[in-house]
Amino acid sequence: MMRRIVRTGILNFIRNAWLGIAAMAVMVITLTIILFSVIANATFANTIQTITDRIDISVYIKDEVTSKQLDGLITQVRGLENVRDVNFVTKDEALKVYRQQNANNPELLQAISQTENPLPASLQIRPKDPNRIESIRTFLEKPEIKALQSDETSYSGDRKAAIDKITSATNFFQRAGIAGVIVFAVISMLIIFNTIQMAIFNRRDELTIMRLLGASTNFIRGPFIVESIMYGVVSGLVSITIVRSLFSISAKTFEASSLGLLDIQFSNQYFSRHFWLFLLLQLLVGIFIGALSSLIATRRYLKFKTSK
Amino acid sequence: MILLDRVTKKYNRSGPALERISLHVEPKEFVIIVGPSGAGKSTLLKLLTREEKPTSGKIIVGGIDYETLKDKEIPLLRRKIGVVFQDFKLLPNKTVWENVAFALEIVGMGNKEIDHTVPRVLDIVGLKGKEKRMPRELSGGERQRVAIARAIVRQPRILIADEPTGNLDPKHAWDVIRVLEKINRFGTTVLLTTHNQEIVNKLKRRVITIQDGTVVSDRANAEYHA
Repeated sequence: MMRRIVRTGILNFIRNAWLGIAAMAVMVITLTIILFSVIANATFANTIQTITDRIDISVYIKDEVTSKQLDGLITQVRGLENVRDVNFVTKDEALKVYRQQNANNPELLQAISQTENPLPASLQIRPKDPNRIESIRTFLEKPEIKALQSDETSYSGDRKAAIDKITSATNFFQRAGIAGVIVFAVISMLIIFNTIQMAIFNRRDELTIMRLLGASTNFIRGPFIVESIMYGVVSGLVSITIVRSLFSISAKTFEASSLGLLDIQFSNQYFSRHFWLFLLLQLLVGIFIGALSSLIATRRYLKFKTSK
Repeated sequence: MILLDRVTKKYNRSGPALERISLHVEPKEFVIIVGPSGAGKSTLLKLLTREEKPTSGKIIVGGIDYETLKDKEIPLLRRKIGVVFQDFKLLPNKTVWENVAFALEIVGMGNKEIDHTVPRVLDIVGLKGKEKRMPRELSGGERQRVAIARAIVRQPRILIADEPTGNLDPKHAWDVIRVLEKINRFGTTVLLTTHNQEIVNKLKRRVITIQDGTVVSDRANAEYHA
């Protein structure tokens, strides 16, 4: 029975393919938007993470601090909540970094090598959540800790502002993505709904005959649902093919470049890494939209009615 | 087999289409229902196939009381009744074989059994060798016999034929009637409506005459003069 329903549904799908093109076109757009939203979301999250990773708090240490005091300080900082890790940069290392950064400026290098190393050793503290560094700040502001420091603590405030900007941009894109998905999902459901309704109308004589012969509602309804599930499957395949080719084109065009927030390379890798998952997602969403809209369409128009 | 007790059917328009009709048809009977157009014959049959519900009155067919019948169970009822229509109602995109097999597919019969049953039924209605034809390639009489084959392939205990000869010339009409008689001999209750005097008079069966929605006569071995 099930096999007959599925077979009839697929047959009708092939016969109705022309009628179903509009339905499938909108469904492809919907699925593509969904896929892009998911990828863009992951890419933004990745960008934020990358920048967050670079955020740190630099605590400059006075030269006269003993190594025992220093060890104590490091242990204490490690014990603070919201501290991911602590990295100690010695005076020599600081000098080395400084030299590298100013390799093109011989005068500065000259000046710095004439005196004793003027750069302080420092602790680079990386917070878990850069938006909640108050507890770390409070600790560092304590007088006995403050006494160990040579300079004002640097909180890389400019980076935090950048992160806030990205976060709000991401939130905006997320909302826009969700709105777009909903709008297009509704449109494609309406169009599939219409397509199925037309198919029912075209075959109304046949359906009447099936009725009179005692076909159950499910036997009549099943093929229509199978048919619209096929719309979903085909649209899912088309959509993922489109996205895949877009990525392979863009990967060549913008080799290793980033377009502002959108790190194409990461998006591409993310897409390829989760290709099968995305394919499954596309198919499931397509099948869901198709099945739901045809369920509603057939429910309305194939209802069993006996006039009284 | 078929019992109608004071059945009334009113449409919204004017008078009732059927008024207090009471009928009793025994198993294996061959009953002809006659009457002028608009007398209520088709309404009566539509009540039996549950395309329409009666306004009042009791209908029992093959032990099923229509009062307690749920909409969901209508398909099951229709599978027990074979129906032949004046306009055949064949599926135009299916071959003769497929049209007949379709009635079996609906009830979920296996392919093997279908392959076994369909030829036997096509043989009964005299359509052997025309399995692969499409309905449009057949004469009216042949089409009607396909419809009959489809109606009896599930071996219903009741066969309802609504003016099956209405669109046929006399020769083909008789072909169809002969098939109906054959089916009746096999033990199926046949309910036939017709306008055709000659057929009624030659068959010499029970004749129920309906006029203006009521039964005006019900006689065995009767003749009919419009």
